[in-house]
Formats: sequence, C-alpha cells, structure tokens
Amino acid sequence: MKISDIQKILEAEVICKADMLEREVKAACGSDMMSDVLAFVKEQAALLTGLVNPQVVRTAEMMDMHCIIFVRGKRPTLDMIEMAEDRDMVMLCTELEMFTACGKLYSEGLRGGSGK
Amino acid sequence: MDSIRLHYLVPGDDFTRAGAASSDVKRTLKELGVAPSVIRNVSIAMYEGEINMVIHAGGGDIDVEITENEIIMTLADKGPGIENLELAMKEGFSTAPDNIRCLGFGAGMGLPNIKKYTDEFRIDTKVGVGTTLHLKVYIQ
Repeated sequence: MKISDIQKILEAEVICKADMLEREVKAACGSDMMSDVLAFVKEQAALLTGLVNPQVVRTAEMMDMHCIIFVRGKRPTLDMIEMAEDRDMVMLCTELEMFTACGKLYSEGLRGGSGK
Repeated sequence: MDSIRLHYLVPGDDFTRAGAASSDVKRTLKELGVAPSVIRNVSIAMYEGEINMVIHAGGGDIDVEITENEIIMTLADKGPGIENLELAMKEGFSTAPDNIRCLGFGAGMGLPNIKKYTDEFRIDTKVGVGTTLHLKVYIQ
C-alpha cells in the first residue's frame, strides 16, 4: 500500500516529507510501546502510535520504517519533525483512535508485519 | 579494509538524546555499504543497549569496532549492575520505573532482544560496580 493511500484512508494530515507519499509500505504495526516495536516487527512497516517523544523517531529509524502515523489527534513536536525530515520519514496525523485506524487499514488490505 | 573504531559517551540524564550513538553507527555502516540486514541487527541491538544505559545506569561508554568480518560493540556502564541476570534475560521482566514505561520502554524485551539480534552475546555484571555488554554481529 502506498503512503498516500494510508493518508486517504485515515483522512490524515501530512506533517512532513509530502514528497515521499508515493513510497510503498509492506506492513503496519500499531503500538505505544517502543520496546515491543523493536522486539516484534519484522518487515519494513508503517508505525501507528499515540506516543509522542523523540524515541518514536529513533525506533522507526532503527527498524527502517519510513512512515509514522500519530493517532487520536496526537501531534509530533518540532524537534521530532526535524528528525523525521532528516531521515526521510513521512509523518501523518489522524484524529482516529488506534483501534479504528488499524481496523481501517487492515480492511483495505494492509497487514501486520510482526511475529517472533 | 582497516578496522574502524568509534567511541561514544552516552549521557545519562537526557532521555530525549538517547539513541544518538546508534544513529551515528547506522549512518556509518550505510556509508560503508554494509548489507541492510546486518545494519538492522546492529542498530536494534545497540539502540536497546543504549536505551538501557540511560534508563538504568546513568549513561556509559560505547565502543564500536567495524572490521571486514564483524561488528564488535562494547557497552560499558557504572550503574547498579543486574541482581538476577537469569530473570533479566526473561522476556517481559523489567525493573524500569513507571515514568520510563510512559515513554514507551520498559517492556522487559531489551536484553532478550539484544541477544536475538547478535551473533555473539556476553554480559558481565556486578552489583554496585556496573554492567558491560560484549556484542558481535557477523558480516556475511
């Protein structure tokens, strides 16, 4: 699925790297616990989270993720946006709750890339 | 290729900056053209270790040596040490305080995850003295 599809499905606002919306994501992962993202995600995925701190960007970086979606109206701080731009990561914001956002993406065909 | 040595001082009082050393190593490995799967293993293992240093030990020192065949990481801290290593290696066990969990860490996956992503894993720890992780990831 393209990041631009995700944006439409979640009616999300693009926060940064709008020039990279045509990139593909293979899977998605929804979590507020970065420890679990680091432990369970296998494929290059999009990250859905309600957590807002710079370690969200760092975690995505280490996992080779290039799209972070903030759910339930959370917004990244300026330093997080700068970090994401520096790392070629798209940031999206949606008003949807985590469960609904994940459900919508799943029903459109996106799957979780996680597992032990 | 001659081996490359990198040294990082990880500050213990700034959670927001934690991971800067791992970022730098990742960038260096990319520039050297190391395989993405190897870079990913190194990045995840080192980042988990770096976060642990900040959460539990007030920071520490990281040394990285990149050779033709392997990447060697040594993460040393002068923190409280690990009382029960067997327990600390169990998935889900964590002594991280609640404020750390609010920041998205402390699920008890750190050490098991570091072991999972490295080819060689050794941990020296002594209560009251500190903890040193000796990690190796092979370059195929």
